[in-house]
Amino acid sequence: MSAKRSARVREATLGYALILPALLLVTVFVLYPFFRNFSLFLYHAPPYPGLPSKWAGLSQMWETVSSTSFQQGLEATLLYTVLVVPIGVLLGLVFAVAAHQKLKGMAIYRTIFATTAVSSVAVAAVVFGTFMNPVFGLLPWLGIDPNPSVLQNPTWAMFAMAVIGLWQFVGLSFILFSAGLQSLPEEVLEAAKIDGAGAVRSFFQITVPLLSPTIFYVFTVGTIAAMFTFGQMDLLVGPGGASFVRVNTLAYQIYQYAVTTPNPGVAACISIALFILTATITFLNFRFLERRVNYAT
Amino acid sequence: MATVAFRNIDKQFGSNVVLHDLNLDVHDGEFLVLLGPSGCGKTTALRMVAGLETPSSGEILIGDQVVNDVAPRHRDVAMVFQSYALYPHLSVGRNIEFPLRQQDLSADERKRKINEAAEMLGLSDLLDRKPRQLSGGQRQRVALARAIVRDPLCFLMDEPLSNLDATLRTQTRADIVRLQQRLGTTTLFVTHDQVEAMTMGHRIAVLHEGSLQQVGTPTELYEDPANAFVASFVGNPGMSLLAATASNGSIAVEGTATAWSGPVSEGSITIGVRPDGVAIRSSGIPAVCVGLEVLGAEVHVLADVGTSRLVISQPAHAPRPKLGDPIEVELLTQPLIFDATTGARQS
Repeated sequence: MSAKRSARVREATLGYALILPALLLVTVFVLYPFFRNFSLFLYHAPPYPGLPSKWAGLSQMWETVSSTSFQQGLEATLLYTVLVVPIGVLLGLVFAVAAHQKLKGMAIYRTIFATTAVSSVAVAAVVFGTFMNPVFGLLPWLGIDPNPSVLQNPTWAMFAMAVIGLWQFVGLSFILFSAGLQSLPEEVLEAAKIDGAGAVRSFFQITVPLLSPTIFYVFTVGTIAAMFTFGQMDLLVGPGGASFVRVNTLAYQIYQYAVTTPNPGVAACISIALFILTATITFLNFRFLERRVNYAT
Repeated sequence: MATVAFRNIDKQFGSNVVLHDLNLDVHDGEFLVLLGPSGCGKTTALRMVAGLETPSSGEILIGDQVVNDVAPRHRDVAMVFQSYALYPHLSVGRNIEFPLRQQDLSADERKRKINEAAEMLGLSDLLDRKPRQLSGGQRQRVALARAIVRDPLCFLMDEPLSNLDATLRTQTRADIVRLQQRLGTTTLFVTHDQVEAMTMGHRIAVLHEGSLQQVGTPTELYEDPANAFVASFVGNPGMSLLAATASNGSIAVEGTATAWSGPVSEGSITIGVRPDGVAIRSSGIPAVCVGLEVLGAEVHVLADVGTSRLVISQPAHAPRPKLGDPIEVELLTQPLIFDATTGARQS
């Protein structure tokens, strides 16, 4: 009995030892910051470092979310998400279907598409920063004089940010849809062909419903990622940019209050608000979109 | 309804020859079974009629029309797949309706046809269910209903019974035969199960390694096989093939001294004996009992004769040898003679 028990203890010890590194990383970089937010948002940051924080209760949260900058940030975040996610899902699906054809050289085509997903935002910013350069970019090359430049134009700056986000998101969307298409039962698609369905009908009546779990997944993951975007805003516009207010997303505001001009209390308030917003949208996705998902394949 | 014809069909996947010079006519209203072991090319042949594969050379005809370049949806054939290939997101009713929705039929007409097909296959109470809520047998019937609802020129069935359990398989076998008789639609049925082939087909086409071996009625194939492969593949169990030598008009099974006379050319031959064409006797060809298969009404005695294996069918009440017992067997009918190298029938 005791030998059996000591074997179980040994097994459990080994199990805990194996998950310990992952558990430490998650605790330090995810759990601790997450829960620390909930204590930070209750205090005003001291005017000088070293002084004690002052209790604020819920008033700081209220002040933050009712401020103009938060409203603008919310608007920018939602606009960016609306511009990137639906188009990204659609383009990823279209490209994946195109790449699913059994044609020569398709592997190269697939690889090219997938690479945008693994390119960092810094690489994307350099590439698109060059394209959007007001002197030697794409528009001057086409004979159009962009004045002010696209990145500094309050009307167009967010669209420029969305193009970069789209470029990255389409790669991920393409990979996920390609995997989804490959897992579709071939015989069901063949049955549709024989039953008289042309390519378009077969796509809308069979392929899309069978891909609905993937569509839902890509949509949800894309939405969450879009709501936390600020890389290209920081690299291509920055706080000094003329279009800054239009691209100053909530995630970017968190970064500024946490790192650039430290005010941890406000950063915590915005991060909690963004967390609630993202959780709500994800919940609504599950509540309304998942009804249309067909998991039986 | 229509005839289906394969004319000099070759099919290769890369360097792999899957079908070689296939010539086969399926008559109007006929139930023809394509029979053969795995990898013999029977499913490929069926898929070429459906338009899911293109022949490397040769022509496929449905009726008088060469359909090599006709898209599957314009061929007016219906196919039942091994996996049933039901549309998982659609109800049973919508599955059956799917081919009708691709035609310009009114909603009333579609409903009438769905109800007719559902009634014929006993699915009327299941029309609102999704495929995942059905048993294997019910799914199989939905696949059949989806095929018959459009009244196609030809049914193509790719091992539709192989996923069913033994009892259901026997029952569905009879159902499909009845359905085909009632509708009179030309049917190509692919199977590797010779019992299915024998019990269902008007005629059977036996394929082996991409070549057509023989086409005939079940009785013709059983009684008059064209070669050693057909002889051993058709029948349950198949014909026993014994290596033998012919010399001066007499035949001796290899490894035994016993010989008998027969009209045969000189040299190495293979003789074919059906399990019911041989019996255990007190004297005859010496053999050793190596196995017993009790099937209820009859028993199969497996015996080694020289270097070959022989199956002897005998009634369950007959005295059975024990494993390892030496026995003697007598041929009750004239055995079939095949060429030892090519397997071609000699007599």
